[in-house]
Amino acid sequence: MSNTEVLLEFAQKLKSEKPECVTEIVEAFGEVTIFVPRERIVEACRFMKEEQGFDMLADLCGVDRGPEEDPRFEVNYHLFSTRHHKRIRLKVLLSEDDPHVSTVTMVWKTANWHERETYDMFGIIFDGHPDLRRILLPSDFDGHPLRKDYPLRGYEPYSLT
Amino acid sequence: MGLENKIIEALPDVLTVKLDALINWARKSSLWPATFGLACCAIEMMNSVSSRNDLSRFGAETFRASPRQADVMIVSGRVSRKMAPVLRRIYDQMPEPKWVISMGACATSGGVFDNYAIVQGVDKIVPVDVYIPGCPPRPEMLVHAIMMLQEKIERDSVKYRKDTFEEESRKAVLPGTLPVTQGTSLEEEIELEVAQQKLPRPYTVPSRHEKRRTS
Repeated sequence: MSNTEVLLEFAQKLKSEKPECVTEIVEAFGEVTIFVPRERIVEACRFMKEEQGFDMLADLCGVDRGPEEDPRFEVNYHLFSTRHHKRIRLKVLLSEDDPHVSTVTMVWKTANWHERETYDMFGIIFDGHPDLRRILLPSDFDGHPLRKDYPLRGYEPYSLT
Repeated sequence: MGLENKIIEALPDVLTVKLDALINWARKSSLWPATFGLACCAIEMMNSVSSRNDLSRFGAETFRASPRQADVMIVSGRVSRKMAPVLRRIYDQMPEPKWVISMGACATSGGVFDNYAIVQGVDKIVPVDVYIPGCPPRPEMLVHAIMMLQEKIERDSVKYRKDTFEEESRKAVLPGTLPVTQGTSLEEEIELEVAQQKLPRPYTVPSRHEKRRTS
């Protein structure tokens, strides 16, 4: 079986066991992405971890598709299985008006800082996060710099001149 | 042994000299830089004290980890906005007389990092005496900068380089530009003024981490 077939099998198993957790399964460039409704992300993550052996959250990151897009934001969960040595991606789409998604810190503890970074850079709110505040930028920073409508040259309010 | 004997024989017991000249000679001959490596420039800074470039020939090889024992701050690398209050605090902790060398394009002007995270020139936070161009500058350029600083110190006068009280020196900075550190009276004033919407928000407020550490 090829790599993609194995990954698709994982995705199909999630779909058959928890049909409400999957809206779409996309395969591209040998990678498989599962689109998850945001209400179901914790359920889907827990299933992937406990039933399918994806025991490691390799990365959690946000994407801004641009202010003209709807839904504007994505949150990507890159999962890795140390048992199967496979990688799979879960994706949640969020609208600009309501960029809330439930935290997955209770599934993987490492999500804590990743979610703080995503909040810091994109302003996506992770509901239920134990300590959601800025992690990389100063605490009084204005705005979320990785949003596409953030000024490219940055913002320099501090000057003696 | 022979040299001392020769000098003692040749010189009189008492010398007259300008006080400025004597003090500046002492100051410039023993510069103690603070170890403040921020980025790749720090590698060149380390190299400048190593055997090939031997900064100790010019009396500035004693890098100190404590700002209390240093009188030159070599800002080597880009200063992020999160690092800026730390840098200012270290500068404030250095005793007078003190000098600052801005090493490399990033410390001088932000360099290629023209973005939200990097302070566009360390001279927005601390007064700079010598700027070094380059990305990164070669160790020879740092040695040259130290020598230029020594020339500058030679021309200085004790009258103009005196200790300023901390409060006074803090007031010399425009409001809203000074990084606010925990536990200063200024912080309360700025917080009050910000609350009354008189000022833009100051540099930073102490993070919870800092609060924990000082309490």
